[in-house]
Amino acid sequence: MRALNRKLFRDLWGLRAQAVAIALVIAGGVATWVISLSTIESLENSQRMFYQNYRFADVFASLERAPLVTVDRIREIPGVRAAEGRVRASATLTLQGFDEPVEALLTSIPEADDAMLNRLFLEAGRLPRAGDDSAVVVSESFAEAHRLNVGDGIDAIVRGQSSRLVISGIGLSPEFVYQIRPGSLFPDHKRYATIWMRQRPLAQAAGMEGAFNDIVLQLERNADAAAVVEALDGILERWGGTGAVLRDDQTSHSYLREEMEQLRAMARIVPLIFLGVAAFLLNIVIHRMVRMQRDQIAILKAFGYPNRTIATHFTGLVMLIVLLGIVPGLALGGWMGHGLANIYREFFRFPELFFRVGPPVIASAVLATAGAALAGTWRALWSAFRAAPAEAMRPEQPTGFRRSLVERVPLFRGLDQPTRMIVRSLERQPIKALLAVIGIALAVAILVTGRFQQDTIGFMLDVQFGFAAREDMTVTFIEPTGRDALHEIRALPGVIEAEPFRAVAVKLVHGHRSHRSAVQAYGRDATLHRALDRSLEPIEMPDSGLLLTDWLADQLAVEVGQSVTVEFLEGRRPRLEVPVDGVVREFVGASAYMGLDAVNRLLRESDSISGVYLTADPSERDRLLGELERRPRIATTSLLENAVAGFNRTMGENIRIFSLVNTLLAGVVAFGVIYNTARLALSERARELASLRVLGFRRGEVAWVLLGELALLTAAAIPLGLWLGYGFCSLIGRAMASEFYRIPTVIHADSYAFATVVVLAAMLVSMLAIGRRLYRLDLVEVLKTRE
Amino acid sequence: MNITHQKPPADDALPAIFRMRAVTKEYQVGDNVIRALRGIDLDLFAGELVVFLGASGSGKSTLLNILGGLDSATSGSVRYQELELCGADDATLTEYRRQHVGFVFQFYNLIPSLTARENVAIVTEIATDPMAPDDALALVDLGARADHFPGQLSGGEQQRVAIARAIAKQPAVLLCDEPTGALDSRTGIKVLKALEHANRALGTTTAVITHNEAIAAMADRVVRLSDGRISDISHNPGRADPETLHW
Repeated sequence: MRALNRKLFRDLWGLRAQAVAIALVIAGGVATWVISLSTIESLENSQRMFYQNYRFADVFASLERAPLVTVDRIREIPGVRAAEGRVRASATLTLQGFDEPVEALLTSIPEADDAMLNRLFLEAGRLPRAGDDSAVVVSESFAEAHRLNVGDGIDAIVRGQSSRLVISGIGLSPEFVYQIRPGSLFPDHKRYATIWMRQRPLAQAAGMEGAFNDIVLQLERNADAAAVVEALDGILERWGGTGAVLRDDQTSHSYLREEMEQLRAMARIVPLIFLGVAAFLLNIVIHRMVRMQRDQIAILKAFGYPNRTIATHFTGLVMLIVLLGIVPGLALGGWMGHGLANIYREFFRFPELFFRVGPPVIASAVLATAGAALAGTWRALWSAFRAAPAEAMRPEQPTGFRRSLVERVPLFRGLDQPTRMIVRSLERQPIKALLAVIGIALAVAILVTGRFQQDTIGFMLDVQFGFAAREDMTVTFIEPTGRDALHEIRALPGVIEAEPFRAVAVKLVHGHRSHRSAVQAYGRDATLHRALDRSLEPIEMPDSGLLLTDWLADQLAVEVGQSVTVEFLEGRRPRLEVPVDGVVREFVGASAYMGLDAVNRLLRESDSISGVYLTADPSERDRLLGELERRPRIATTSLLENAVAGFNRTMGENIRIFSLVNTLLAGVVAFGVIYNTARLALSERARELASLRVLGFRRGEVAWVLLGELALLTAAAIPLGLWLGYGFCSLIGRAMASEFYRIPTVIHADSYAFATVVVLAAMLVSMLAIGRRLYRLDLVEVLKTRE
Repeated sequence: MNITHQKPPADDALPAIFRMRAVTKEYQVGDNVIRALRGIDLDLFAGELVVFLGASGSGKSTLLNILGGLDSATSGSVRYQELELCGADDATLTEYRRQHVGFVFQFYNLIPSLTARENVAIVTEIATDPMAPDDALALVDLGARADHFPGQLSGGEQQRVAIARAIAKQPAVLLCDEPTGALDSRTGIKVLKALEHANRALGTTTAVITHNEAIAAMADRVVRLSDGRISDISHNPGRADPETLHW
């Protein structure tokens, strides 16, 4: 090995503790880079393949009921390549050994063969044989949640009629990559199923013979999508169409799109933080090293080593540290990426979701890391390249100090000398001090952000289920029903309270803005299920006006006191101007609210309701569920509480793992910054500190000069970091706000405390590591040499 | 040859404040044992100015470090008044340095981020009976430069600040390791004058280590070391004025 290379490795060995601290930060950056980019890539690939191969439709519309011949008219709309009418129905399933009702969405596939659009991928089994009326394909997530296999039977109640279904296949559809019950916060695979069956038996069960109530279209490549939607809505209007939507507004697709947006944002921001911190740390370490080795550089150059070789030598050192970080970073990224892919598999169902760390991702991670490292060190490397042999042999000018600005403040005039040393040292290198503060603050912010998810979901659940939706179950009727149904339910065994609601699909228009939504209507005296105002107080349903979710009000650019045009998409489809009486704050969904009587008045329906919220005596629950199932007008019954518990079970573990990893990574950043700052201060000041020891300063007093600086930097960084953390969380919340949910910036005090404690712990560990070196400071050695 | 007994200095009334008996110091360097001191017996008396002369490696710095409580002897006894320094723990040695010893080094060892006055104050702040930093600086004729940082001072001025720092706590002993080693002769003489003045004005026992024979003339006593042993002790009939020295 050449002598210069030996020097390289020995220098690295001398720097080992700092090098490892920096390598850990780099590993964090590489890992997050690899995880987010690979996950995006694998999601995009899986999505593209699934959509293409299984012909995901472009336009989706549902309606009340139209004769099948209408499909032919729709096919003739210019730009439509294919159209498929389907029957959809809700059902309540009962499963052996599971004592809660399961809500199911049944979708028809043509009598023979597979569907033309939104074709099924069969994980197991086969499509139902034509003529086999009881055979169905069930969604994979539901089958997994209940360990169902091909050949197993399910009891389904459609419109009060119970029938025995037999699973012929387990499958996936591009339409249901993300399966969520409308209005739910999270997917609940145990209590929500997607089921496909042949058209004829489903039409029979749903009372849709010779008709369809749902249609999907595929468009020509250059079709004018908006024109197609308009034409389609025109045709379907008389058949109770509720307005067609494009892919972008299709539920599963838009959830997936939002998720990928978030991942892209994460891919942009998080690795940047890690690599920025790593670049800063490399900067201070390499800068220091080149300065310390001025005479060595001079001698090498004097003996004829070219500038280039010297610069390459130090660059090699930087690259070795980078390599030390990249290798474990790639491994960590691969390992965590698989973990994340497993979480995605739980929520997003593709025929295959291959998580693979491809060569382009590895190459980009390596390039980004090397680039960041060089950006951080180029000035030091350049000075090694430029150093003239003669100049470098001369001792460096003594560092110039001056009185610090702080000392002009009267309060600080009485500082003792060691404290004065701290203040002046900080003021002499303000940029370095500032970067160190920012680095530590970022670690604090990462920690706060890591706890944000748990805090805010907890808060959303508390508000949603503790305050807004306090019912035990929701009973939904097949179609709007007279109030007698409410009385009937009230009289059932175990029912404690029951409140009616009405939900109507609407299109809200304000100026040139419009949005499809639903009007939820409750009685004025509702206590179970309520809307909340901006300060989360229950808000009374207005007599005639409308309440809008804050998000919806923003989308429509409408303020309280103005009116919006409400186009009801049901019944006699009135189109009316309705004043906005108030704004509702809600985290899940984006609805409009009205009084129950007002809606019925506008629809000219006397007292009809869509369903009932109720609380029930737990000991009577099973009997009550049995009674409800027997009633043909009831489409579904869903239990609230269990869904929440289920979510906590599935997500709890994942959140814990990720918050642990997050804590570790942030701890690494904090430790890396604090330890390196301290280590650098020690090497810059060893002589000074030894001099103080010689003069009779005790170890503790000397430690204060060094560690006081760290404590000061950390103390400045913590509040900044907490503030940054809040800012990050609120940015994330804003970025994630969508029609489906809005995320409030809720961070508990104990999360702030947690972030503070972790960073203080990192500071203590760094201080202990430095304190050991301080303890071993060689007093005699340091006096012999000139710095 | 070991010289085991010294005559007291000319002025018989002075008591010994340091008593060193059979002091040895060994270092382990790799596989070799280096014997830096091979049995030193020496007393230092209150108020005297002693110059230790010796070539590089003669053991003079080791002796000074042991006297100053920076290093511990391997065997023997080193007493400062009633305090046994040999085998004392770090806390005791730190207290000893803090209360009784002033150091002056070849490379000054000032704190670059503190002004001349603050460099003195850093010692007076922890001493029990210090003089005012400005008085200490006046003593070395640097009153006018009190607000300058080390980076703004010449080598000689820096060394005089170091002397002011060393004497400001009114130590029992002032230990100087090659105080003029990094200076030209004109500047060196200024520094020696400052040392001489401090010794006379405060009566501080002063030990100066040097390999510069010319400096020996300003001492009360000259101790020569070679190869870890005292080879000769001589008394000067009178102390020469540093102004008259040249090298």
